Amino acid sequence: MTKMELAPVAESFEPIRHSPLSDLAAPRAGVEMRERADVGKINLRGDANDPSFRSAVETELGLEIPVTPNTFATNDKRTIYWLGPDEWLMHCPLDDRRDTQARLRQSLTGIHCALTNVSDYYLVIRLTGDKARDVLSKAIPFDVHRNVFTAGACAQTRFSHAGILLSAVDEAPTFDIQVRWSFAEYVWKFLVESTREYDES
Amino acid sequence: MARYQQNRLPTGGRIDRGRRMSFTFDGEEMHGYAGDTLASALLANDVRMVGRSFKYHRPRGIFSAGAEEPNALVQLGEGAYSEPNMKATQVELYEGLKSESQNRWPNLRFDIASINSAASRLIPAGFYYKTFMWPASMWMTYEKWIRKSAGLGKAPTHADPDRYEHRYAHCDVLIVGAGPAGLAAALTAGRSGARVIVVDEQSEFGGTLLSHPAEIDEIPAMEWVGAVTAELRGLDNVTLLSRTTVIGYYDYNYLVALERVTDHLPPGTGGSLPRQRLWKIRATRVVLATGAIERGLVFADNDRPGVMQAGAVRSYINRYSVLPASNIVVFTNNDSAYRTAIDASANGSTVTVVDIRSSPRGELIDKAEQANIMVFRGSAVTAVQGRTRIRGVEIMRLNAAGHGVIRSSTTKVDCAIVATSGGWTPTIHLHSQAGSKLIYDESIAGYVPGDGVNINPHRSAGACNGSFDLGKCLQEGLRAGHAAASDAGHEGEMPIAPRASMEVEGPMRVLWTIPCKHPVGRGPKKHFHELQNDSTVGDIHLAVREGFSSVEHLKRYTTTGMATDQGKTSNLIALGVLSGLRREPVQSTGVTTFRPPYTPLTFGAVVGQNRRELFLQERKTAMHPWHDRNGAVYEDVGDWKRPRYFSTGQESMDRAVQRECLAVRNSIGMMDASTLGKIDIQGRDSAWLLDMMYTNAWSKLETGRCRYGLMLNEHGMVFDDGVTTRIGEHHYHMTTTTGGAARVLTWLEEWLQTEWPEKQVYCTSVTEQWAVAAINGPAARDLLSELTDMPLDAESFPFMSMREGRVAGVPARVFRISFSGELSYEINVPAHHGLYLWEQLVEHGARYDLCPYGTESMHVLRAEKGFIIVGQDTDGAVTPDDLGMDWIVSKKKQDFIGRRSLSRSDTARAGRKQLVGLLAEDPKQVLPEGAHIVAEVRDKPPMPMLGHVTSSYMSPNVGRSIALALLEDGRNRMGEQVSLKLMDGRVMRATVVDPVFYDKDGARARG
Repeated sequence: MTKMELAPVAESFEPIRHSPLSDLAAPRAGVEMRERADVGKINLRGDANDPSFRSAVETELGLEIPVTPNTFATNDKRTIYWLGPDEWLMHCPLDDRRDTQARLRQSLTGIHCALTNVSDYYLVIRLTGDKARDVLSKAIPFDVHRNVFTAGACAQTRFSHAGILLSAVDEAPTFDIQVRWSFAEYVWKFLVESTREYDES
Repeated sequence: MARYQQNRLPTGGRIDRGRRMSFTFDGEEMHGYAGDTLASALLANDVRMVGRSFKYHRPRGIFSAGAEEPNALVQLGEGAYSEPNMKATQVELYEGLKSESQNRWPNLRFDIASINSAASRLIPAGFYYKTFMWPASMWMTYEKWIRKSAGLGKAPTHADPDRYEHRYAHCDVLIVGAGPAGLAAALTAGRSGARVIVVDEQSEFGGTLLSHPAEIDEIPAMEWVGAVTAELRGLDNVTLLSRTTVIGYYDYNYLVALERVTDHLPPGTGGSLPRQRLWKIRATRVVLATGAIERGLVFADNDRPGVMQAGAVRSYINRYSVLPASNIVVFTNNDSAYRTAIDASANGSTVTVVDIRSSPRGELIDKAEQANIMVFRGSAVTAVQGRTRIRGVEIMRLNAAGHGVIRSSTTKVDCAIVATSGGWTPTIHLHSQAGSKLIYDESIAGYVPGDGVNINPHRSAGACNGSFDLGKCLQEGLRAGHAAASDAGHEGEMPIAPRASMEVEGPMRVLWTIPCKHPVGRGPKKHFHELQNDSTVGDIHLAVREGFSSVEHLKRYTTTGMATDQGKTSNLIALGVLSGLRREPVQSTGVTTFRPPYTPLTFGAVVGQNRRELFLQERKTAMHPWHDRNGAVYEDVGDWKRPRYFSTGQESMDRAVQRECLAVRNSIGMMDASTLGKIDIQGRDSAWLLDMMYTNAWSKLETGRCRYGLMLNEHGMVFDDGVTTRIGEHHYHMTTTTGGAARVLTWLEEWLQTEWPEKQVYCTSVTEQWAVAAINGPAARDLLSELTDMPLDAESFPFMSMREGRVAGVPARVFRISFSGELSYEINVPAHHGLYLWEQLVEHGARYDLCPYGTESMHVLRAEKGFIIVGQDTDGAVTPDDLGMDWIVSKKKQDFIGRRSLSRSDTARAGRKQLVGLLAEDPKQVLPEGAHIVAEVRDKPPMPMLGHVTSSYMSPNVGRSIALALLEDGRNRMGEQVSLKLMDGRVMRATVVDPVFYDKDGARARG
């Protein structure tokens, strides 16, 4: 390391991101799975009955805060998941997370709320394909039937031994599974194991 | 004797004669057809004896054709695929099937232990309890012998090569059983649009109709079954599961079913499919259409190979095209067995009916007599000739009461099979498991479903409801399916029930025990009500004589119903006999509880996917890949895999830990501290919350500064500890112990949500947002300066403060806090950059001799400093003062959790157990953790105890062994010698010292 140079130390590094899912085998049949690595995540706490809180967030994000339990609202860039009566999870592009959070913080000045960056806490596994609901049924006690768990629904539930946030993206069907960093490998491998019966080769 | 399927009928049956299959039984090769069970194939080949009984080792044959089989348990397959106690009546035949009889040695024909049968008078019911009670120390020896002689099959010794799965399902209507009633229910429920799951244990739908020919709407019943099944298959709201048994009915309509996905295929040929799948089904409504099980009459030596249920014989004839013998005696108390007689006769067997009723009348009796079947009325089978194969029976007339026989009326009839029927018992297992009542129905001599419980709404239809008439089964099924769907919000049509033809049956005669020449239980002949556990009517008499006349006592004393078949063919008979002895109606005698599972299931199915790497989730930090590559030996901390130490090849743990501990004090060590719990606290009442949760004061903590805190429970006992940092005006970052992360967040939420909802504060877990590399040691500052532009001098970045900036180009929070007592920085970066940060620190740390270290060295280093670990040096009964940490308890704060309890007399008294240091007399000896400090050494316990060792290590930095202990009045014992009595009897001595062994003034961390 050449301390003699005037350039800041920080600039001599090229940080590399690493995911616990990057080296894991993908399923061979039934569903497709990938990690959505480009998602920024902000945990939002606040009082949904406070109009100033809602309008500050909604103006900033261009989305209505979902108040119906177990639903989420989305547009092309951002998503808000209902987690509880006073808790939401926001998604935005990863490279926009810092600015989004700063702008929200600004808009929410003086309003009782909390904004917490959890971009690295949760990994997002996207699962799609004919057998997606069957695969999920092997680990999730929650009812994921097409008549019940439709696009726009989300649920914090159990995936075998891991807690997850499951959301139904479309009727392909496509699902997002959000899981804590340390449980991601377990959930991924469990999903792959659950697709083995569809592999005819 | 050559085996050539000599009992196979030339035509008919639901077997595929185009697919001949070879199989072996006890090494002998035979053939059967696709569609056979192992039992039907054995009967086709005239195999009569298939096993030895559990206790007396008596020869036994196939008794039933279904799940109730008590005798024909076989060992199936070989090696890792070997499986014991499989019911031959349920095993579907496949090419190459290998089966062996069980509970015999050296072989089935000649079995040493059959001496038990001759000696049976010496081993009555309750024999083990009576005989092996004394001396108690010999039980282990007795038990080995008992297990060997009264065993079933052998468990395989290899790992199970098969795969199993669990599967959750939800539905509006779950229908259990796809016989006529179940299929009718499926029709109305399915057509309504409700989500329906139909579960049936057989390989194909139809239930009783597979075995007992009938007509529905003037077409053969199986054609009706085919049409219904096809219609159901076409409905995408209906799921059909064959080869699936509902084994348990749990609260809130939660039912568990076992699907045998590939058991009907040769082992290892199931391809990618799991062998078995355990379904966990939540149903809004349940329809039980589980049918009925036939019980035999209990006559002398009714266990001989060849005594079978009459219905089973009919099933073998019609479904499997096997006529088990050319001369058959049908022994019955009811009309249904006449159908067996008629079918057997029509297929060429010589049939004799023995009916205990003195004047049976009706359509079926007429038909039998038209077929020239001889009917003995008011008579009974009183003896069976032949031990391993029946050769004939003795028949006598019964006296009017049915209690005795008229010897002068003795007749002998040659036969090879006795097809017996004592009536049909509704299969109410699941109904009972659901917590519902049972009602005794005199007309069928069986229990039928009574009132249910609200939390498990279900209906019973068909034979399990006590309705044995086919037309009634269909009618009840349609209604049950319709009503169940309607309850679940799907109103459908109620069609007119199809017409079904069935002969009207006359009344039965109930005689729970069939008399013979000698009194029951007194002569050489045995009356078995319970075949699998070898329990006899004589045993019931004995139990009652000895006072075990409650049904629960009887069950345990005689083991009735406690075998793997759960007494499907025997329980009711036992209740009937017992009620007779108690001279009361059967209903008053009561029933034992039906418990899951209905039929046994494999351990594999219980385990499902949860094995090998999926058995228990392993939580790994962002740096884990590096640890894996660099010799980490892990310790389980909760679900986390934390490096315990890093081994360089052959190095022992002790040596590695000594090396790591020296490196931290002399150059630099680095630890992965990612697993510590982290909670982000925001809101204007954050400081107030901290004041309440911790014992010390927080309101004056400046932004960017850190403070250590002790958390107490309401009892004033230490509950967790950690460092909390003020990030912003109303923003804090709390850390907890690794194991306490979830507990502390829940604790905070509980208080906020239940006691202080008006407070403006939010807590959010960020444990895994951050990966943490802790660098400790004199060179820590020099190393960090190579990776950051932050000013690191002690003035700009003092001890117990936090700075935000970039480290190795990654946005970081750096906490200058220390658990080792050295100059230390805990570098927090977003988890995705954790591995990169770690690798950069390793690379740049090389010239400072950076040494990665694990939790074991962390423990030693903090013990050198006298720092506690909550849960190791505390046990839930330790106050701050006990730890010598009274300095951290605010005397000014009005309140904090646990404060009140600190002034309770016991908590505040002097002389409690207090944290002290201990130095062993021999500095090379490490006191065992947990060792007790005793006031007086005696030869053996009890001894008055003063405390125990909580932490103990060899400290390379102190140059000797050190220990921490909780010791009564410890702080007043400084310098005293104490004695420790070890488990192995040795006594060690140690000196009580201050718990800080190294750098007492703490200068190193502040430097």
